[in-house]
Amino acid sequence: MTPVFFVFLPIVLAFFIPILFKKLPQIHTGWFVLAAPLFLVAYYAAFLPGSAAGETVTSSFSWIPSLDIAISSYLDGLSLLFSLLITGIGSLVVLYSIFYLDKNREQLHNFYVYLLIFMSAMLGVVQSDHLISLYLFWELTSISSFLLIGYWYTRDRSRFGAMKSMLITVFGGLMMLGGFILLYLMGGTYSIRELIAQAPEIANHDLFVWSLILILLGAFTKSAQLPFYIWLPDAMEAPTPVSAYLHSATMVKAGLYVVARFTPIFAVSPVWIWLVTGIGLLTMTWASFFALKQRDLKGILAFSTVSQLGLIMSLLGVASVAFHVDGAESTVFKYAAFAAIFHLINHAMFKGSLFMVTGIIDHETGTRDIRKLGGLMGIMPVSFTLAVIGSLSMAGLPPFSGFLSKEMFLRAMLSLTEFDLFSFETWGILFPVIAWIGSVFTFIYSFYFVFHTFAGEHKPELLPKSAHEAPFGMLISPAVMAALVVILFFIPNLLAVWFIKPAVLAIQPFLYNAPGEIDVHVSAWHGLQPEFFMTLGIYAVGGLMYWTLRKWQRIYDVFSHTYSLNGLYDSLIYLSDAGMNRLSGLYMTGFIRNYLVYMFGFLILITLGTLGVSDAFEFDLTGTAPIRAYEVILGIVLVAATVTILMAKSRLTAIISLGAVGYTVALFFVIFRAPDLALTQLVIETISVALFLLAFYHLPQLSRHEERMKFRFGNALVALGVGVTMSLVAFSAQAQKALPSISEYYKETVYTEAAGGNIVNVILVDYRGFDTLFEITVLGIAAVAIIGMIRLRLTRKEDVNEKQ
Amino acid sequence: MEIFMSVLIGFLFMAAVYLMLSKSLLRIIIGTAVLSHGAHLLILTMGGLGGRKPPVVAEGVTVADYADPLPQALILTAIVISFAVTSFFLVLAYRAYQELGTDNVNLMRGTEDYD
Repeated sequence: MTPVFFVFLPIVLAFFIPILFKKLPQIHTGWFVLAAPLFLVAYYAAFLPGSAAGETVTSSFSWIPSLDIAISSYLDGLSLLFSLLITGIGSLVVLYSIFYLDKNREQLHNFYVYLLIFMSAMLGVVQSDHLISLYLFWELTSISSFLLIGYWYTRDRSRFGAMKSMLITVFGGLMMLGGFILLYLMGGTYSIRELIAQAPEIANHDLFVWSLILILLGAFTKSAQLPFYIWLPDAMEAPTPVSAYLHSATMVKAGLYVVARFTPIFAVSPVWIWLVTGIGLLTMTWASFFALKQRDLKGILAFSTVSQLGLIMSLLGVASVAFHVDGAESTVFKYAAFAAIFHLINHAMFKGSLFMVTGIIDHETGTRDIRKLGGLMGIMPVSFTLAVIGSLSMAGLPPFSGFLSKEMFLRAMLSLTEFDLFSFETWGILFPVIAWIGSVFTFIYSFYFVFHTFAGEHKPELLPKSAHEAPFGMLISPAVMAALVVILFFIPNLLAVWFIKPAVLAIQPFLYNAPGEIDVHVSAWHGLQPEFFMTLGIYAVGGLMYWTLRKWQRIYDVFSHTYSLNGLYDSLIYLSDAGMNRLSGLYMTGFIRNYLVYMFGFLILITLGTLGVSDAFEFDLTGTAPIRAYEVILGIVLVAATVTILMAKSRLTAIISLGAVGYTVALFFVIFRAPDLALTQLVIETISVALFLLAFYHLPQLSRHEERMKFRFGNALVALGVGVTMSLVAFSAQAQKALPSISEYYKETVYTEAAGGNIVNVILVDYRGFDTLFEITVLGIAAVAIIGMIRLRLTRKEDVNEKQ
Repeated sequence: MEIFMSVLIGFLFMAAVYLMLSKSLLRIIIGTAVLSHGAHLLILTMGGLGGRKPPVVAEGVTVADYADPLPQALILTAIVISFAVTSFFLVLAYRAYQELGTDNVNLMRGTEDYD
């Protein structure tokens, strides 16, 4: 079994989940689900020694060989790190959900099927080396996220949030697909590794910048960057295990993954550096500022996640800067990629545990409104401890791992002031300033989150339930993560050797050849460096502002909903909904005649337009067959019969005239040497007329319903237009033969290869047998429909009889 | 000959469209039937009307002067399908008339505010 098949292990398990749920209701389905991520953690962990030495593992199977589309698994340091995060946190989340979701009340089979689909999809995203399979898995994560956000589908907010996330992330996904296709056009391959190998040539291509922007759109929508972040707070309607898993630890990091993965291709571009660094940093500060506006615990965490994603995004941007600096591996520029990966791991740990603690609070007190909570410290001591560890790590305090990566973040931002290309010599100083402001607010909301919940006055009368500590099982998962937050503070360099440096190698292959070459050493104390003073400043200002929070928190009331990004989204959705309704209301009138007029109108327009544009109209009398007396007579009969139909006052006249038209056409077939057609036409026409006459007594009288002159004139105009158009088409078709007819082939081979004499019959049953098959199908469907309609009447009458 | 047929086809199409645009259900059905006759003749004409012999190979001897067999095969399929459609429409009209008591397609919509 090659690694590529293990990507699908969770989906395979998903097939059995509904059965297990139905057959073994006494056992919580989550226990079965847990097997998949646990097994995969062990499986992927076995690759770690190789990855730490810089080895990669590739396996793939060809899915659509004719289109060069393969499902491939490429395990390098970066993919392996993400795979381990997905399966490791996945295991903890599943374990947590076993205690969070009640097995008797919840639809666990739905939940776990979606979750397992997500797991496979996410593994596919981070392991795909093939652009198209990366895209497919990417969209699958959006779909499973949609399903999980809408898991409690009876709630309006859930459906709203699910729809919003779907619209925004799928929009981004489509843009990204466009970017991928452009990359394919430039590089001639779908393989990311082969594209990276060609990076210098691709960079000079005209489409390069477009591909870059489209791929960034995909990454920014998925990783909730400005201005697309608005879907993430609404995604918090999902069950908390989902928020912990998809919307903080894994799925939203897919955008970061893509940026990291494509850095070797796009790092050369200043547009890339400016967008990734700038948008990332702005998102970080913007979201940390608005986190303090939130009242819902999960809302705070959602904004905090957006902010932290922005932080990591900006670090990845700085990692690209290293591409433009000579000897970057020995300067301050070496920190960014390392810090990005380090903080990504830290964030997954502390944010995962914070989400789970929030779930516990919600579960045990019945509310997540921070105004109602308070004083839970004594009642929920374990949860409190876990929340403190997570929050302080998020705020960047020692002795928690967040402190280390936060310091590196500041150092990386400071390094931008020394960069002197792409106008950074002018604007570079802004980066550490904005980063510092963002960090101050991060510090404040971290304290706000933990101390407004656990400290202060306990208000039991506001809580729907009387608060108590969570059951042991629910505390295991957040405790494991919180423990890691502390442990990683003491052994960051061990983490670096096994996880971070192999991943950095994938981001910056232009700097290093092996993980061992990466000369970054993490230490809690590294002298009185500028970033140390920045950190002290954050503590001081952050602490002061937290102290006075109640005094200035009112400034958030200034921001109105109407002029916010959410307001923009709402009005866009409303406009497209209502606007489309009005637009289609304009022409979808419900009258058959109108629809037919549209169809015929477009028929005339498009046909005449094509004839005109391609200059296809020709009138050619050479090569035509001579006109003979028979045909003229038949033509006159045909016209006379048709006019009779038009003029007919009684239905009998109309039906008989229609028959006359049909028989005349059959005679035309005789003249034009089509005996089969003539026979068929005669038979069919006879049956048709018989059918009409059979229904004669039941058919309505032929009435024109007093059509107005204007109405009739309009109809006549459209009719004339169609008639003239068809005549012109017939003229042109007659005058020019662009391609030789395939009939010659039929004529030559009919006797030798198909062993038949009647060419028409052989075409029908042999050369074009499928046509005939479908023709019979149409006939069958019509017959079934007719029987259905006649029987419908019988049952209806019986009903009436029964009632009587 | 082809020019003559082309004009004839145009006329059939014109009559068919005019019938289909009317409000009476029966006239609409007759219109579709006329439309298919026009279409069949159009396909036949497009292939060219020359050829002195019906497209039947006798004794394995292929001669050049056959009528074009391909349009004929297509039309044969089309005739059967148009028959199916016409019969279906006929029953549909008959049932609609029975249920709704009118053959005016505007009235069937439940309103006559449009003329």
